[in-house]
Amino acid sequence: MADISIPVEHTAETTATAIHLRHHFATAEQQLDAATLGMWTFLITEVLFFGGMFTAYAIYRSVYHDAFASTSRYMDVILGGTNTAVLICSSLSMAMAVRSAQLSRRKPLLISLLLTIAFGTAFLVIKAFEYHNKWVEGLVPGLHFDLSRYEVPQYAHEAQILFFLYFAMTGMHALHMVIGFGLLTYLLVQAYRNVYSAAYYTPVEMIGLYWHFVDVVWIFLFPLLYLIGHRQ
Amino acid sequence: MTSAHIPTVKSLVSVWAALVVLTWTTVGVSYLELGELNVIVALAIAVFKASLVAWIFMGVRYSTQMTRLFVVAGLVWLSIMILITGGDYLTRGWDYQPQPWGNVKPMAANR
Repeated sequence: MADISIPVEHTAETTATAIHLRHHFATAEQQLDAATLGMWTFLITEVLFFGGMFTAYAIYRSVYHDAFASTSRYMDVILGGTNTAVLICSSLSMAMAVRSAQLSRRKPLLISLLLTIAFGTAFLVIKAFEYHNKWVEGLVPGLHFDLSRYEVPQYAHEAQILFFLYFAMTGMHALHMVIGFGLLTYLLVQAYRNVYSAAYYTPVEMIGLYWHFVDVVWIFLFPLLYLIGHRQ
Repeated sequence: MTSAHIPTVKSLVSVWAALVVLTWTTVGVSYLELGELNVIVALAIAVFKASLVAWIFMGVRYSTQMTRLFVVAGLVWLSIMILITGGDYLTRGWDYQPQPWGNVKPMAANR
Protein backbone atom coordinates (compact mmCIF):
# COMPACT_ATOMS: atom_id res chain seq x y z
CA MET A 1 0.00 0.00 0.00
CA ALA A 2 2.84 2.31 0.87
CA ASP A 3 4.37 1.60 -2.51
CA ILE A 4 1.73 3.64 -4.29
CA SER A 5 3.07 6.90 -2.97
CA ILE A 6 6.66 6.22 -4.06
CA PRO A 7 7.40 8.24 -7.19
CA VAL A 8 8.47 6.03 -10.08
CA GLU A 9 10.46 7.25 -13.03
CA HIS A 10 8.48 6.19 -16.09
CA THR A 11 10.90 4.80 -18.62
CA ALA A 12 10.21 2.09 -21.19
CA GLU A 13 11.88 -0.35 -18.81
CA THR A 14 9.77 0.41 -15.74
CA THR A 15 6.65 0.23 -17.90
CA ALA A 16 7.61 -3.21 -19.21
CA THR A 17 8.35 -4.35 -15.66
CA ALA A 18 4.99 -3.02 -14.47
CA ILE A 19 3.15 -4.94 -17.22
CA HIS A 20 4.83 -8.27 -16.45
CA LEU A 21 5.17 -8.07 -12.65
CA ARG A 22 2.42 -10.17 -11.07
CA HIS A 23 0.70 -8.64 -8.08
CA HIS A 24 1.80 -11.39 -5.67
CA PHE A 25 5.48 -10.54 -6.15
CA ALA A 26 7.15 -7.55 -4.49
CA THR A 27 9.81 -7.02 -7.13
CA ALA A 28 10.71 -8.26 -10.62
CA GLU A 29 13.83 -9.84 -9.11
CA GLN A 30 11.74 -11.87 -6.66
CA GLN A 31 9.50 -12.95 -9.53
CA LEU A 32 12.47 -14.13 -11.60
CA ASP A 33 13.95 -16.01 -8.61
CA ALA A 34 10.61 -17.75 -8.03
CA ALA A 35 10.32 -18.73 -11.70
CA THR A 36 13.88 -20.07 -11.68
CA LEU A 37 13.25 -22.14 -8.56
CA GLY A 38 10.02 -23.52 -10.04
CA MET A 39 11.74 -24.42 -13.31
CA TRP A 40 14.54 -26.23 -11.45
CA THR A 41 11.95 -28.14 -9.41
CA PHE A 42 10.39 -29.31 -12.68
CA LEU A 43 13.82 -30.21 -14.06
CA ILE A 44 14.54 -32.32 -10.94
CA THR A 45 11.40 -34.37 -11.68
CA GLU A 46 12.81 -34.76 -15.20
CA VAL A 47 16.16 -35.88 -13.76
CA LEU A 48 14.35 -38.60 -11.83
CA PHE A 49 12.22 -39.53 -14.87
CA PHE A 50 15.31 -40.12 -17.01
CA GLY A 51 17.11 -41.43 -13.91
CA GLY A 52 14.71 -44.39 -13.77
CA MET A 53 15.83 -45.44 -17.24
CA PHE A 54 19.49 -44.83 -16.38
CA THR A 55 19.02 -47.05 -13.30
CA ALA A 56 17.49 -49.81 -15.45
CA TYR A 57 20.40 -49.45 -17.86
CA ALA A 58 22.99 -49.70 -15.06
CA ILE A 59 21.36 -52.82 -13.58
CA TYR A 60 20.93 -54.65 -16.89
CA ARG A 61 24.47 -53.79 -17.92
CA SER A 62 25.79 -55.42 -14.74
CA VAL A 63 23.40 -58.41 -14.83
CA TYR A 64 23.83 -59.15 -18.58
CA HIS A 65 27.40 -57.88 -18.79
CA ASP A 66 28.64 -60.18 -21.57
CA ALA A 67 25.59 -59.78 -23.83
CA PHE A 68 25.75 -55.99 -23.51
CA ALA A 69 29.48 -55.96 -24.18
CA SER A 70 28.97 -57.95 -27.40
CA THR A 71 26.21 -55.56 -28.48
CA SER A 72 27.73 -52.11 -27.98
CA ARG A 73 29.73 -52.43 -31.18
CA TYR A 74 26.53 -52.09 -33.23
CA MET A 75 26.15 -48.47 -32.08
CA ASP A 76 27.20 -45.79 -34.58
CA VAL A 77 29.88 -43.71 -32.81
CA ILE A 78 30.33 -41.31 -35.77
CA LEU A 79 26.64 -40.33 -35.92
CA GLY A 80 26.35 -40.27 -32.11
CA GLY A 81 29.46 -38.08 -31.79
CA THR A 82 28.25 -35.71 -34.52
CA ASN A 83 24.93 -35.38 -32.71
CA THR A 84 26.74 -34.60 -29.45
CA ALA A 85 28.61 -31.75 -31.18
CA VAL A 86 25.40 -30.47 -32.82
CA LEU A 87 23.61 -30.42 -29.47
CA ILE A 88 26.50 -28.57 -27.79
CA CYS A 89 26.27 -25.92 -30.54
CA SER A 90 22.52 -25.60 -29.97
CA SER A 91 23.19 -25.07 -26.25
CA LEU A 92 25.62 -22.24 -27.09
CA SER A 93 23.11 -20.54 -29.39
CA MET A 94 20.42 -20.91 -26.67
CA ALA A 95 22.74 -19.31 -24.11
CA MET A 96 23.40 -16.51 -26.63
CA ALA A 97 19.63 -16.08 -27.06
CA VAL A 98 19.18 -15.55 -23.30
CA ARG A 99 22.05 -13.07 -23.30
CA SER A 100 20.57 -11.17 -26.26
CA ALA A 101 17.22 -10.96 -24.49
CA GLN A 102 18.92 -9.69 -21.30
CA LEU A 103 20.53 -6.93 -23.38
CA SER A 104 17.27 -6.09 -25.24
CA ARG A 105 18.83 -6.96 -28.58
CA ARG A 106 15.95 -8.14 -30.73
CA LYS A 107 17.75 -9.14 -33.92
CA PRO A 108 20.51 -11.25 -32.26
CA LEU A 109 17.78 -12.88 -30.15
CA LEU A 110 15.82 -13.89 -33.27
CA ILE A 111 18.97 -15.18 -35.00
CA SER A 112 20.05 -17.18 -31.92
CA LEU A 113 16.61 -18.76 -31.59
CA LEU A 114 16.57 -19.69 -35.28
CA LEU A 115 20.06 -21.20 -34.96
CA THR A 116 18.95 -23.23 -31.94
CA ILE A 117 15.98 -24.59 -33.90
CA ALA A 118 18.27 -25.34 -36.87
CA PHE A 119 20.77 -27.29 -34.72
CA GLY A 120 17.92 -29.14 -33.04
CA THR A 121 16.48 -30.09 -36.43
CA ALA A 122 19.90 -31.32 -37.60
CA PHE A 123 20.07 -33.50 -34.47
CA LEU A 124 16.70 -35.11 -35.16
CA VAL A 125 17.48 -35.66 -38.86
CA ILE A 126 20.71 -37.48 -37.93
CA LYS A 127 18.75 -39.43 -35.30
CA ALA A 128 16.18 -40.45 -37.93
CA PHE A 129 18.98 -41.78 -40.18
CA GLU A 130 20.35 -43.72 -37.22
CA TYR A 131 16.95 -45.27 -36.43
CA HIS A 132 16.57 -46.16 -40.10
CA ASN A 133 19.98 -47.90 -40.10
CA LYS A 134 19.01 -49.84 -36.97
CA TRP A 135 15.88 -51.06 -38.74
CA VAL A 136 17.77 -52.06 -41.89
CA GLU A 137 20.39 -53.90 -39.81
CA GLY A 138 17.71 -55.76 -37.87
CA LEU A 139 18.42 -54.23 -34.48
CA VAL A 140 14.91 -53.23 -33.47
CA PRO A 141 13.80 -55.47 -30.57
CA GLY A 142 10.44 -57.14 -30.87
CA LEU A 143 9.70 -55.91 -34.40
CA HIS A 144 12.76 -56.65 -36.49
CA PHE A 145 15.63 -58.24 -34.60
CA ASP A 146 18.18 -60.45 -36.33
CA LEU A 147 18.88 -63.23 -33.82
CA SER A 148 21.43 -64.96 -36.10
CA ARG A 149 23.84 -62.12 -35.37
CA TYR A 150 24.79 -63.77 -32.08
CA GLU A 151 26.68 -67.02 -31.67
CA VAL A 152 25.40 -67.50 -28.14
CA PRO A 153 21.56 -67.77 -28.38
CA GLN A 154 21.16 -66.42 -24.84
CA TYR A 155 23.00 -63.22 -25.81
CA ALA A 156 20.55 -62.57 -28.65
CA HIS A 157 17.68 -62.37 -26.17
CA GLU A 158 19.56 -60.37 -23.55
CA ALA A 159 20.95 -57.97 -26.17
CA GLN A 160 17.40 -56.99 -27.13
CA ILE A 161 17.09 -55.42 -23.68
CA LEU A 162 19.98 -53.10 -24.51
CA PHE A 163 18.32 -52.05 -27.75
CA PHE A 164 15.00 -51.66 -25.99
CA LEU A 165 16.70 -49.28 -23.53
CA TYR A 166 18.46 -47.55 -26.43
CA PHE A 167 15.17 -46.81 -28.21
CA ALA A 168 13.36 -45.90 -24.98
CA MET A 169 16.05 -43.47 -23.80
CA THR A 170 16.92 -41.83 -27.13
CA GLY A 171 13.21 -41.85 -28.03
CA MET A 172 12.21 -40.02 -24.83
CA HIS A 173 15.12 -37.64 -25.39
CA ALA A 174 13.95 -36.97 -28.97
CA LEU A 175 10.41 -36.37 -27.71
CA HIS A 176 11.79 -33.75 -25.31
CA MET A 177 13.50 -32.07 -28.25
CA VAL A 178 10.25 -32.01 -30.24
CA ILE A 179 8.55 -30.36 -27.25
CA GLY A 180 11.51 -27.96 -27.19
CA PHE A 181 10.77 -27.01 -30.80
CA GLY A 182 7.26 -25.99 -29.80
CA LEU A 183 8.63 -23.87 -26.95
CA LEU A 184 11.30 -22.28 -29.15
CA THR A 185 8.73 -21.46 -31.84
CA TYR A 186 6.64 -19.72 -29.17
CA LEU A 187 9.72 -17.72 -28.11
CA LEU A 188 10.43 -16.85 -31.75
CA VAL A 189 6.92 -15.47 -32.27
CA GLN A 190 7.02 -13.50 -29.02
CA ALA A 191 10.50 -12.16 -29.78
CA TYR A 192 9.32 -11.12 -33.23
CA ARG A 193 6.51 -9.19 -31.53
CA ASN A 194 9.19 -7.53 -29.41
CA VAL A 195 7.87 -8.83 -26.08
CA TYR A 196 11.28 -9.55 -24.51
CA SER A 197 13.72 -6.97 -23.20
CA ALA A 198 16.06 -6.40 -20.28
CA ALA A 199 12.96 -5.68 -18.20
CA TYR A 200 11.28 -9.00 -19.00
CA TYR A 201 12.91 -12.10 -20.47
CA THR A 202 11.81 -14.82 -18.00
CA PRO A 203 10.33 -17.20 -20.65
CA VAL A 204 13.56 -17.08 -22.68
CA GLU A 205 15.61 -17.97 -19.62
CA MET A 206 13.24 -20.74 -18.43
CA ILE A 207 13.00 -22.42 -21.85
CA GLY A 208 16.78 -22.01 -22.04
CA LEU A 209 17.08 -24.05 -18.80
CA TYR A 210 14.87 -26.74 -20.34
CA TRP A 211 16.94 -26.85 -23.53
CA HIS A 212 20.23 -27.12 -21.61
CA PHE A 213 18.75 -29.91 -19.50
CA VAL A 214 17.92 -31.89 -22.65
CA ASP A 215 21.55 -31.35 -23.69
CA VAL A 216 22.75 -32.68 -20.31
CA VAL A 217 20.67 -35.86 -20.76
CA TRP A 218 22.38 -36.47 -24.10
CA ILE A 219 25.80 -35.80 -22.52
CA PHE A 220 25.16 -38.92 -20.39
CA LEU A 221 23.38 -40.97 -23.08
CA PHE A 222 26.23 -40.63 -25.57
CA PRO A 223 29.05 -42.31 -23.55
CA LEU A 224 26.76 -44.90 -21.94
CA LEU A 225 25.03 -46.07 -25.13
CA TYR A 226 27.65 -45.42 -27.80
CA LEU A 227 31.10 -45.39 -26.27
CA ILE A 228 31.32 -48.04 -23.55
CA GLY A 229 32.56 -51.24 -25.12
CA HIS A 230 31.99 -50.22 -28.75
CA ARG A 231 35.34 -51.76 -29.75
CA GLN A 232 34.73 -55.18 -28.22
CA MET B 1 15.44 -3.63 -11.66
CA THR B 2 16.55 -7.23 -11.67
CA SER B 3 20.15 -7.81 -10.74
CA ALA B 4 20.42 -10.92 -12.94
CA HIS B 5 23.88 -11.72 -14.14
CA ILE B 6 24.55 -11.34 -17.87
CA PRO B 7 27.24 -13.79 -19.00
CA THR B 8 29.98 -12.53 -21.31
CA VAL B 9 30.29 -13.90 -24.85
CA LYS B 10 33.80 -15.00 -23.93
CA SER B 11 32.64 -17.21 -21.04
CA LEU B 12 29.87 -18.81 -23.15
CA VAL B 13 32.19 -19.54 -26.08
CA SER B 14 34.86 -20.90 -23.68
CA VAL B 15 32.35 -23.37 -22.22
CA TRP B 16 31.30 -24.38 -25.75
CA ALA B 17 34.96 -24.94 -26.76
CA ALA B 18 35.63 -26.95 -23.58
CA LEU B 19 32.57 -29.13 -24.29
CA VAL B 20 33.71 -29.81 -27.87
CA VAL B 21 37.25 -30.68 -26.71
CA LEU B 22 35.87 -32.98 -23.98
CA THR B 23 33.62 -34.72 -26.53
CA TRP B 24 36.65 -35.42 -28.73
CA THR B 25 38.55 -36.61 -25.64
CA THR B 26 35.85 -39.02 -24.53
CA VAL B 27 35.54 -40.46 -28.06
CA GLY B 28 39.34 -40.79 -28.29
CA VAL B 29 39.66 -42.48 -24.89
CA SER B 30 36.94 -44.98 -25.84
CA TYR B 31 39.28 -46.36 -28.54
CA LEU B 32 41.90 -47.25 -25.91
CA GLU B 33 41.78 -50.61 -24.14
CA LEU B 34 41.49 -49.66 -20.48
CA GLY B 35 39.16 -52.39 -19.26
CA GLU B 36 36.78 -51.23 -16.54
CA LEU B 37 38.56 -47.87 -16.49
CA ASN B 38 36.85 -47.01 -19.82
CA VAL B 39 33.50 -46.77 -18.05
CA ILE B 40 34.92 -44.67 -15.21
CA VAL B 41 36.71 -42.22 -17.53
CA ALA B 42 33.65 -41.88 -19.82
CA LEU B 43 31.38 -41.17 -16.83
CA ALA B 44 33.87 -38.76 -15.22
CA ILE B 45 34.07 -36.73 -18.45
CA ALA B 46 30.26 -36.79 -18.78
CA VAL B 47 29.85 -35.52 -15.19
CA PHE B 48 32.38 -32.76 -15.86
CA LYS B 49 30.62 -31.73 -19.10
CA ALA B 50 27.21 -31.73 -17.41
CA SER B 51 28.63 -29.63 -14.55
CA LEU B 52 29.98 -27.07 -17.04
CA VAL B 53 26.57 -26.79 -18.72
CA ALA B 54 24.77 -26.46 -15.37
CA TRP B 55 27.31 -24.07 -13.85
CA ILE B 56 27.60 -21.56 -16.74
CA PHE B 57 24.88 -22.18 -19.38
CA MET B 58 22.17 -22.87 -16.80
CA GLY B 59 23.53 -20.19 -14.49
CA VAL B 60 23.80 -22.19 -11.24
CA ARG B 61 26.93 -20.12 -10.60
CA TYR B 62 24.80 -16.97 -10.28
CA SER B 63 21.68 -18.55 -8.80
CA THR B 64 20.25 -18.14 -5.30
CA GLN B 65 21.21 -20.44 -2.42
CA MET B 66 17.70 -21.90 -2.51
CA THR B 67 18.01 -22.89 -6.18
CA ARG B 68 21.39 -24.51 -5.52
CA LEU B 69 19.92 -26.44 -2.59
CA PHE B 70 17.19 -27.77 -4.91
CA VAL B 71 19.74 -28.79 -7.55
CA VAL B 72 21.80 -30.71 -4.98
CA ALA B 73 18.65 -32.28 -3.50
CA GLY B 74 17.72 -33.57 -6.97
CA LEU B 75 21.11 -35.23 -7.30
CA VAL B 76 20.78 -36.77 -3.82
CA TRP B 77 17.42 -38.32 -4.77
CA LEU B 78 18.86 -39.61 -8.02
CA SER B 79 21.71 -41.29 -6.14
CA ILE B 80 19.24 -42.81 -3.64
CA MET B 81 17.33 -44.37 -6.56
CA ILE B 82 20.44 -45.76 -8.24
CA LEU B 83 22.27 -46.92 -5.09
CA ILE B 84 19.37 -48.59 -3.30
CA THR B 85 17.96 -50.26 -6.44
CA GLY B 86 21.46 -51.37 -7.40
CA GLY B 87 22.14 -52.62 -3.88
CA ASP B 88 18.98 -54.74 -4.05
CA TYR B 89 19.95 -56.40 -7.34
CA LEU B 90 23.60 -56.90 -6.39
CA THR B 91 22.75 -58.70 -3.14
CA ARG B 92 20.01 -60.99 -4.54
CA GLY B 93 22.54 -63.68 -5.37
CA TRP B 94 23.63 -63.97 -1.75
CA ASP B 95 22.78 -67.41 -0.49
CA TYR B 96 20.82 -66.61 2.64
CA GLN B 97 18.10 -68.99 3.72
CA PRO B 98 16.10 -67.96 6.76
CA GLN B 99 15.22 -70.78 9.15
CA PRO B 100 12.14 -70.97 11.38
CA TRP B 101 12.96 -70.70 15.07
CA GLY B 102 11.84 -74.27 15.66
CA ASN B 103 14.59 -75.66 13.43
CA VAL B 104 17.43 -73.99 15.32
CA LYS B 105 19.18 -76.63 17.33
CA PRO B 106 19.99 -75.90 20.97
CA MET B 107 23.60 -74.91 21.59
CA ALA B 108 24.18 -77.97 23.76
CA ALA B 109 23.28 -80.34 20.90
CA ASN B 110 26.09 -78.95 18.75
CA ARG B 111 28.79 -79.99 21.17
